[in-house]
Amino acid sequence: MSDTTTAPKSFQEIILRLQNYWAAKGCAVLQPYDMEVGAGTFHPATTLRSLGKQPWAAAYVQPSRRPTDGRYGENPNRLQHYYQYQVLIKPSPPDLQDLYLGSLEAIGIDMALHDIRFVEDDWESPTLGAWGLGWEVWCDGMEVSQFTYFQQVGGHDCHPVSGELTYGLERLAMYVLGVDHVMDMPFNDPSLRRGADGREVSPIPLSYGDVFKQTEEEYARWNFDVADTDVLLRHFDEAETHCREILDAPYDDPKTGKRIIMVHPAYDQCIKASHLFNLLDARGVISVTERQAYIGRVRALSKMCADAFVQTRSGGWQPDSAA
Amino acid sequence: MPDLLIELFSEEIPARMQRRAAQDLKKLVTDGMVEAGLTYASAAEFSTPRRLALTIDGVLANSPTTVEERKGPRADAPEKAIEGFLRGAGLTRDQLEERETPKGPVLFARIEKRGQPAAEIVAEVLEKTIRTFPWPKSMRWGAGALRWVRPLHSILCILSDEAGAEVVPLEIEGIVAGDRTAGHRFMSPDRFSVVTFDDYTAKLKRAYVVLDPAERADAIWHDATNMAFASGLEVVEDKGLLAEVSGLVEWPVVLMGRIADDFLDLPPEVLQTSMKEHQKFFSVRNPKTGRIERFITVANRETADNGATILAGNEKVLSARLADAKFFWENDLRVAKAGMEPWLEQLKNVTFHAKLGTQAERIDRIAALARELAPMVGADADQAERAARLAKADLSSEMVYEFPELQGLMGRYYIAAAGEEAAIAAAAEEHYSPLGPSDDVPTAPVSVAVALADKIDTLTGFWAIDEKPTGSKDPFALRRAALGGIRLVLDNRLSLKLLKLFSQSIDEHFSHLKKEWEDPEWQADIDAMKRVGAKSLDEFYELQAALREKHTSQKERDASRRAFMEHIAAFDVQKFVSHEDELLTFLHDRLKVYLRDQGIRHDIIDACIAMEGNDDLTLLVKRARALSDALKTEDGENLIQGFKRANNILTQAEAADGVEYSYGADVKFAETDEERALFAALDQAEAQIEPALQQQDFATAMTALAGLRGPIDAFFEAVMINADNATVRRNRLNLLSRITKLCTSVADLTRIEG
Repeated sequence: MSDTTTAPKSFQEIILRLQNYWAAKGCAVLQPYDMEVGAGTFHPATTLRSLGKQPWAAAYVQPSRRPTDGRYGENPNRLQHYYQYQVLIKPSPPDLQDLYLGSLEAIGIDMALHDIRFVEDDWESPTLGAWGLGWEVWCDGMEVSQFTYFQQVGGHDCHPVSGELTYGLERLAMYVLGVDHVMDMPFNDPSLRRGADGREVSPIPLSYGDVFKQTEEEYARWNFDVADTDVLLRHFDEAETHCREILDAPYDDPKTGKRIIMVHPAYDQCIKASHLFNLLDARGVISVTERQAYIGRVRALSKMCADAFVQTRSGGWQPDSAA
Repeated sequence: MPDLLIELFSEEIPARMQRRAAQDLKKLVTDGMVEAGLTYASAAEFSTPRRLALTIDGVLANSPTTVEERKGPRADAPEKAIEGFLRGAGLTRDQLEERETPKGPVLFARIEKRGQPAAEIVAEVLEKTIRTFPWPKSMRWGAGALRWVRPLHSILCILSDEAGAEVVPLEIEGIVAGDRTAGHRFMSPDRFSVVTFDDYTAKLKRAYVVLDPAERADAIWHDATNMAFASGLEVVEDKGLLAEVSGLVEWPVVLMGRIADDFLDLPPEVLQTSMKEHQKFFSVRNPKTGRIERFITVANRETADNGATILAGNEKVLSARLADAKFFWENDLRVAKAGMEPWLEQLKNVTFHAKLGTQAERIDRIAALARELAPMVGADADQAERAARLAKADLSSEMVYEFPELQGLMGRYYIAAAGEEAAIAAAAEEHYSPLGPSDDVPTAPVSVAVALADKIDTLTGFWAIDEKPTGSKDPFALRRAALGGIRLVLDNRLSLKLLKLFSQSIDEHFSHLKKEWEDPEWQADIDAMKRVGAKSLDEFYELQAALREKHTSQKERDASRRAFMEHIAAFDVQKFVSHEDELLTFLHDRLKVYLRDQGIRHDIIDACIAMEGNDDLTLLVKRARALSDALKTEDGENLIQGFKRANNILTQAEAADGVEYSYGADVKFAETDEERALFAALDQAEAQIEPALQQQDFATAMTALAGLRGPIDAFFEAVMINADNATVRRNRLNLLSRITKLCTSVADLTRIEG
């Protein structure tokens, strides 16, 4: 691939190169999950698929939301909405570190000039009841990725172990493109002159700010000052109740007579509860002690979803031949 | 004799674990070898981010052959017994030797344990070591079952002597031991084989790996200080950071970078914390101004541009980090200068503890208590109250949200920026102190008032809701709070009636409850509750927690309302209990631990705790020190014996006679000189002790008491208490009672051991 030798010119080119790289390494390139999540890990392609014995290899972009990180689009690299690139391979291959470094080269990071480091960072998601050991990967002192060997998810031991890579796309791209403020980053290639048919086209250069500056302002105001906490609290309770109710339904569907455990619909409610918690946190209405209680409630949901998932075929369940 | 070289090569080992892991490797391998009879001359361990290495010199080529002689059954023993013996020894009948003994012919076995080659022993020991390695946290990877701190990639294990190197045959979960390793991940990634430890270190260095962590740390510190010095600056020393950083690199390259001018005016603590916590940078200070102006970072490689790209990247990352810090600082300053109202307002929404209310409520209580305390500690009441109201305001600030370790310190900056007096600003930082046993104790009166109020509120609150420490569990750090309070009192020589303060503090907890009761939504219930009263503080708090359920669903609200009503129905007006005494006992226990470390025996403290006014800790300790000193003298020690003798005779007589001999000893019934002398001595001692005690001059009282030792001893020597004459006997018992009363007016000497 010749484009790895040249420097990428835009945010989207970096995403495309990652997609191509991991596709070439055999990953299924999935699409983002269509719900508000705090991180790519919440995508069921990671949380649920890291459970059980079925091999799995997936890569995808996941828009992620962290309401407390909103800075009205003014901070050079903090955003309440940003993109993560996520790779999950089960079982983790022995050369995962090399594969990862290859992906950095693919997006134009010259290993001979930069200082790449694997710095201890044990990952834990109290809301997912998950933990793993690994590192944050530093490029010249900047964290460009999270590298984790999952040990437990939803309270279940991971066996085999999945290797998870998470790239913070904006930060990584800013670094590669030499941009100091995220809003100045070229979203598409500003120098592009030709369309696919070879005809000259007028470039419509769009910066990250053109796309997201206004939304950052809107959401920062809403997240911090306006979101109705009573409504959020109520929705949290509802999502929690709903999740439990979905999982309480009998496994056998009375209409089709099939065994259908509704793990994903239930997990959607768990994701919702988690995001609502993040919003409440940004509104500053959750104290340190209450925080633990809320996290515990979300964890209970993700554990129930994990318990249910391992009862499905994708989770490794097999119909009992004797029955 | 061969030398052994082991290297366990893995993905990056956390810096904080490397040193300990290398030591554990050495210990486990050498212990295992020695246990198997394989001794050695010397051993040394090393670590880098990707490897643990161990070199052992002068290893025996084989473990020595050992012979064990085992005595068996008699030669004519039943066949079964002999068979059993043979099985145990692993021999056949013809290999046994028959010897005559006084008990007749007995069978003996000679069991020879042949020496084992070093390689076999090392292989066994190393495999066991790897499989049972004591990592603080370990993991599995891929589909395997082996655990290591991060995936283990290769094992180098060779025994080498003049003839050359021999690979120790070993395979663990598909990893076959060999004589090869790899260099620096980026600068020299190829694998190569080695023959000796010297060869190993030399080749590693050529492959850009410094094996010895001490050598890396020295190099880093040397280069960093030189580089700073050359610019007229100095590196802020940080040994922990140096150790960590040398565990992050195999080939350290020190680079010094600039902090953009925009950020130089941030408080130095903010710069330092941000650089260290986030980037693992050393701070570089201008010795003339004390300002932090640059940073040192340590890269893991050389580059063609001499680190220019790396440094530029690091500077950029730092700028982004500091932009964040500056954003927090400026936003915070805006709020601070406007009086911090929004922060205090926000604390109304932050629960301190479900049963103890919000942070704002807690601050109200602490402020009221600080006001009470102010005159007792020499502080101005208004200042103390104001300081308490502002001391925790920074908990709502953005900087403290980002760097919790800066709480208090930021408060000091912000309160000063708000234009408050310096004593009030200082209290924000100091009121958390003392945190540990070696932490400085605040002495500024305003800080002392707030610090004490904070600790008392914490203790009474958690005591009231029955969240006391048990065994090793102390989730709310109440032992630390108690010790902090004790040290505040003692170091500042404060004379405080703690019981009164505790009950005031508990009243504060109550008055907040009352406020909650005025909530109209609950008025009917509260009226009912007021009519019946509460059984205990715990119940009060449970009810309060029930009252808080405002954000829950209607269903839950109804449920909690029902529970609330059931509670009210169960109330018993008469059984109100308070916790002040129990809490004071807890403080006394902490005080005992604290004073024991200072060489004061627990029984001495007990003897003083038994006295009145024991909630004044300064008084208590003064008494205990005087008693401790007195007991170190010969007179003091013997006085205790005399006192005990008097006390024993007296209690026995009182028990036998069924009367209390408490007064009426009269010198006119004295029959001997010794008796009369004791009367005189007691008169004299009493005249000294009483005024001394009133002035809390325990040393004088103790000395006077110790002076009684001679007359008491002489009295017991010469006089029989149980005289035939009933009047004389009663008079002598009453005299003993005078002794014990006088003694126990100073401290409860019955509690002294020995």
